[in-house]
Parts: sequence; structure tokens; C-alpha cells
Amino acid sequence: MTLGLTRVDLPKGAATREAFGDALAEAGGADDRIVVVDGDVNNSTYTYKFKDKYPERFFNVGIAESNLIGVAAGLAGAGKIPVASSFSVFLLANAYDQIRMGVAFPNQNVKLVGTHAGISIGEDGPSQMGIEDVSLACSLPGFTVIVPADGPSTAAATAAMLQREGPTFLRCGRPSVPVVYPGAADVHIGKANTLRDGDDVTIIANGIMVAMALDAAEGLAEEGVEARVVDMHTVKPIDQNAIELAARETRGIVVAEEHLAYGGLGSTVAMVVAEHRPTPMAFVNIGDTYATSGTPEELLTKFGLTPDAILDAAKRVLKD
Amino acid sequence: MPQTRPAERSELPGIAQRLRRHIVTSTTAAGSGHPSTSLSMVELLTVLYFGGVLRYDPSDPQDPHRDRFILSKGHGAPGLYAVLAEAGYFPTEELSTLRRLGSPLEGHPNMCRLPGVEASTGSLGQGLSIGLGHALAGRLDGSGYRVYVMLGDGESEEGQVWEAFMYAGNHGLDNLTAIIDHNGYQQTDAVDQVQPLEPLTEKLASFGWAARTIDGHSLDEVIEAFEWARTTKGRPQAIVARTTKGKGVSLLESAPGKWHGKPLPPDEEAKALEEIGAAI
Ligand SMILES: Cc1ncc(C[n+]2csc(CCOP(=O)(O)OP(=O)(O)O)c2C)c(N)n1
Ligand SMILES: [Mg+2]
Repeated sequence: MTLGLTRVDLPKGAATREAFGDALAEAGGADDRIVVVDGDVNNSTYTYKFKDKYPERFFNVGIAESNLIGVAAGLAGAGKIPVASSFSVFLLANAYDQIRMGVAFPNQNVKLVGTHAGISIGEDGPSQMGIEDVSLACSLPGFTVIVPADGPSTAAATAAMLQREGPTFLRCGRPSVPVVYPGAADVHIGKANTLRDGDDVTIIANGIMVAMALDAAEGLAEEGVEARVVDMHTVKPIDQNAIELAARETRGIVVAEEHLAYGGLGSTVAMVVAEHRPTPMAFVNIGDTYATSGTPEELLTKFGLTPDAILDAAKRVLKD
Repeated sequence: MPQTRPAERSELPGIAQRLRRHIVTSTTAAGSGHPSTSLSMVELLTVLYFGGVLRYDPSDPQDPHRDRFILSKGHGAPGLYAVLAEAGYFPTEELSTLRRLGSPLEGHPNMCRLPGVEASTGSLGQGLSIGLGHALAGRLDGSGYRVYVMLGDGESEEGQVWEAFMYAGNHGLDNLTAIIDHNGYQQTDAVDQVQPLEPLTEKLASFGWAARTIDGHSLDEVIEAFEWARTTKGRPQAIVARTTKGKGVSLLESAPGKWHGKPLPPDEEAKALEEIGAAI
């Protein structure tokens, strides 16, 4: 039996990029070291909200991402807290060596915020989709990598990121997403949130897949399977403890992410599981391919990012 | 050997009109996309494909001797698709599938899915380097093909563009022509507010390019400029085309900063098509 949830209809609500923009504008009032560097997309990333309040601390360097990152590195070197923001693919993929040499290697306090991550941007198509970004960011020594699930947790993650020293990548999406943290969210970087308890199987997810994981857990419960749902908002440093507990207390782990198969959350969780407590696993992700144009819902369905896909994966690991 | 496929000079305004209609209707039907970006380059595309400039053969899109046209500002895809359809690469009816699941007419050009698309673009700043590679290969092989690359003015803020300008100029690649669609606006603001490019032709000249500024909506000036480019020897050529973002649709022209990346709403479509005029 399946849930019939082969499609996901994304309900109206805050997009994570918008929650980030609001939280950033608010944080700007509390700490005047915060500066923003933009690459001509502030109306897409919502950093225009910061710009409107603090124009003197806002720099649009134009469509020039390598320069953007270098400028952010210099601002950090001079004691500022720069937030470098663009589409995640243009930040991570276009300016990777600048990030490596300017931010990661010298351990500069630069906050990279990439929006329009994943295939759920829809019609603009593959060139605009950040689907390698988590892998690229996780590869950088010293980087913290955060993929929040919804508006409230993005706001909390933004605040936590700005208060914490060190290079960070925060990943946001384009579409409205369901709220999984009604009210204020508690986000402690490096510490996963268990949103639903269960001792049959664990679903570890982040980003838009968290809401789908909760849907899948509902469906599993109807079939008598109790699924634990863990929001692994921080991919790096990963919460080893939460993974070990899941491996010990449940019979298998499903990892769901809106990212390519290699180098993202799935790989990171698998490494912990393999080393500390081997257990059956299954992976829900985009696989090893670029997407196409289509509506966000169509693409999520076509590339297998649905509650049903998670549900099926959970059944697979339980069969093992 | 692929040939140019020129239309009569008198037919060019009608072709430009058809391209504009396709751009408006395809993006409005899609509900997203970049009509204003596409409308500013219509005369340039019209002359490239129908003014005796490009040598191409839609029945053999991979002919090694074809001239290349690369749309570096990939978000102008609706304009590229319109001219490729009119040129015969695929039926114009397919334009209505723009950005739909399964359609090869993706939001940004994908060379693996649509014949006639020479480079997959959409991340700005990269097309000129790809064009440079084609130009170098053409010189290496002794093939006489020419390479044309269309860039945005905002896009020209990317460092890679100037890396390519520098190399092409230093190596005298006269089989390469850059066209800068200088419509004065980028995504968030006017180019002059973000990063003024002026003096642009002087900069390009100092990089070793033959460069001139033209009115990018005057068919005669565009025809003349491509003839000048083709006959310029020893240096790559840059055509800086002064254009209007959203050209032909007054609503889009009136606030280019606001309309970037936005299709006309369905209730504005009829008026826009009336302004553009009926295809001849
Ligand atoms: C590397 C990169 N950075 C940012 C963007 C987002 N973006 C898409 S279009 C655009 C503005 C382009 O302006 P311009 O080159 O002047 O083109 P126009 O639309 O005016 O023709 C931006 C910033 C992108 N596509 N690629
Ligand atoms: Mg422009």
C-alpha cells in the first residue's frame, strides 16, 4: 500500500530564502559588524530587506561572484561579519577556489548564504539549481553547513550562524514550504532535532525533505510502522550521537535530501553508520543527474523526492 | 558547406515582429521567463539568422563548418528559441511548450536537448570563453567558420568575460565577434548604478578588439555592423548595441528595472501584441 502521495503540493507559507532575509535584516540592528555582499540578486535572495535598512553596510558588487567572495573575505579579515549571498550554485560553483583560498583555508568568518537550492526552483531549469552545493561546501575543511527545513528554523539558523564564529554555508530554497516548527524553532548548530519518535525505522532528512519525512511517517504509522523523524539541519559538523542512537534503537535508516547522491547528507550519515554501527540504509535524493524545467511539484515527483519515495525506502530497509 | 539563408531586406521587419510575438506569447503561456531580456536583442537575432550573416543548416545542425551563435546571456532563451523556430530548427508551435516538463525548450538553453543551441548557458559570464574555444578550433582546423557570442551588459561585469576579451584580443582571433546587448539594465538595477561599463568601446579597443557602438534596433545599422565585423581582419570585433530592455512593449519599456525576469500577465498580452503589430 502507498499513501497516494506521489505528488507533493507545496502549500503557501514562508520560503526559507524569505525567512533568511527577514532574520538577516533583524540581526543587522543588533550587530553593526554585519555587512552584506550581493551579486545583483538581492531581490531574489531577500537581502534587499537588509539593504533597505542598512544601505551603507550593503555592497552589490555586480554579477561577479569570484569578486564577491574575495570582497567578503577581505571584509572578514577587517573584522566585519560578511554575509555573502547569491543563488547557491553561483556562490559555490562559480567561486569555489575563491571560497577555498579566501575563506576556508584561512578560516575566515564569512557566511555564505545560497538561495535557489535544489530542483524545487522549477521552471528556470538546471543551470540555476544548486544541487552539488552541499557536497562542495562539506568538502571544505572547517566549514559549517546548514540546510534548514522551514521558515522558523531558517530564522533561528540565521541568528545562530551570525552569532557563531567561523565559515558557514546556509542553504535556502525558492518556493514556499510547509512549516514543521510551528512557533519559534530551536536550532543548535550541530545538534539534530528529533521531530517524531519511533523505534522501527529512522528517517533522517533536511531542507524540504523534512516535511515529506513527517508525511511518510504518518503513512507508515497507518501500517503499524513507527518511524523516528530526525531533522539533520546541520550536515557538518554532523550530529554523530543522533545517528548512533538511530542505528542502535531502530532497525534501519533512510536519508532524504534534495541534493545529488554523492557527497551530501546521505554520504555523511553513511560514513558515521559504517564506522560506528552498521545498519541497513536507503537513500532518497536526486541521484546522479541534472534535472530539467518543470513546475516544482512536477520535478520533485519526477526525480523521486516525495513522501511515497521515503515510505517505500523505509519499507526496503525494514525488509533487509 | 552551410550557407547564409537571407530573407529579403523588406522582410526583416516582419520577422522581427514575429520574434517579438513569440517572445511575449511563449513567456506569458509559461508564466515565467525573461521577455524583456529577449526583446532587446530581436533586431540583432533577426539580422544574424535572416540578414545574411550566419551560415547554418537546420537539417544538419552539427555541420562542422557552420557558423556558431552562442547566447551567453542564457536567460534570453525565449528570444533564441523564437529565432531558431523561425529559422526552421523546429516547428513554431513548439514554442508554447517553453519551460514545461518534457520540453527541450528549458528555462535556459540546453545544448544536449535542442539542435541549434551551441552552448548550455544560464550561469552568466561563460559564453565568450566557449566561443573563444570554437574560434581557436576553427583557426586550428583551417575552417572558415565564424563565431558570434551575445552577452548582456550586466553579464559583462563577470571577470571571466574580460579574461576571454584579453585572450582573444592578444591572439588576434578575427573569426570571433562579440555582441553586447547594452540595454542599460541588469537584474536589480540600472547597470550605471551597479557597475558602469563606460567607456566600453575604448576598454575593448585597449584589449585589442575592433569595437563600435550602434543602435541595436536599427536594422540597417545592425546589417552594416555585421558586415564590418566579417570584413575586419586581424582583430576580434565587438558590437556594442545600444538597445532598450523590453523593446516593443511599452509596459516593459516603461520600467525595465521592475520587469526583469517577469512575463507579461495574460491580461496584458493582447495589448502588447497589438503594439508589436500583426506579423506580415
Ligand atoms: C553567474 C550568474 N550570476 C547571477 C545570475 C542571475 N541573473 C540572471 S539574469 C541577471 C541579470 C543579467 O543582466 P544583463 O546581463 O544585463 O542581461 P539583460 O537581462 O539585461 O539582457 C542575473 C543577475 C546568473 N544567471 N548567473
Ligand atoms: Mg542588460
